[in-house]
Amino acid sequence: MSAGIPAVGDRIVHKEFPPITRHRLALYCGASGDHNPIHVDIDFAKQAGFPDVFAHGMLVMGYLGQALTDAVGPSRIRSFSTRFAAITQLGAQLTCEGTVTELIEQGGEKRAKLALTTKDQNGEIKLAGEAIIAL
Amino acid sequence: MVDQSAVGREFTPVTARVEPGRLRFFLDTLGESNRVYRDEAAAQAAGFAAAPVPPTYLFCLEMMDATVPFEFLTALGIDLARVLHGEQRFDYHAPVVVGDVLTFRPRVSGVTDKKGGAMTLIVVDTPVTNQNGVHVADVSRTIVVRNARPS
Repeated sequence: MSAGIPAVGDRIVHKEFPPITRHRLALYCGASGDHNPIHVDIDFAKQAGFPDVFAHGMLVMGYLGQALTDAVGPSRIRSFSTRFAAITQLGAQLTCEGTVTELIEQGGEKRAKLALTTKDQNGEIKLAGEAIIAL
Repeated sequence: MVDQSAVGREFTPVTARVEPGRLRFFLDTLGESNRVYRDEAAAQAAGFAAAPVPPTYLFCLEMMDATVPFEFLTALGIDLARVLHGEQRFDYHAPVVVGDVLTFRPRVSGVTDKKGGAMTLIVVDTPVTNQNGVHVADVSRTIVVRNARPS
């Protein structure tokens, strides 16, 4: 999309990811420095009142960030934010999407605002976010 | 329960180096194959001095190199088992690349009770500077504490 300015309504981000496994959560625990046992230790998760371990919100945001920078070079991202709308369970197959919602001028440059979502295979929204990118 | 007196609390600054091996582990874990993160020539072609970090990696760097893991939780008397991640925000002001040494200065900026005290939202804002004193980013996390019901 470096060629040309996107229009409001254009879906410029779209990527699907493989199902979340326990193995992936263990790797992410190590790779991210987030050692909260609730994501990898089923005994701890049950003690905390959950039926099983579940994905780190930041793993899911990491996937959303990957989908974003597949479409928009990292040097053009001005902000990236999300709300964690629901817990992402084991086995979730995530789809990340981003649509242009607004074209703006900010900080002396032309920018676009993107609405971002991550949904699982049932269409449940896990992350509802936003990015501002330089055009 | 955490109350308004926590607003303004600051925690031990964290200094973290962007190391290529640790970054590769993160990229492999996410199945990230974008060459800009892995190949110096591709990064330079994209205008970076060295390979940049992915958009969420600042969050990881702060956790990896914290001398006291989850310090803000223990300092505020919050049980890790009762915490969920509510929101996360990154504002990027300048590139962060392999070899940079970053300093994170976390501070509580907000405490809000929800659902009649069943939940407390705590916002921690963290400005990030690099080895040259450049303010490279602002990171903001909102955590949700599921408060114990009085029995």
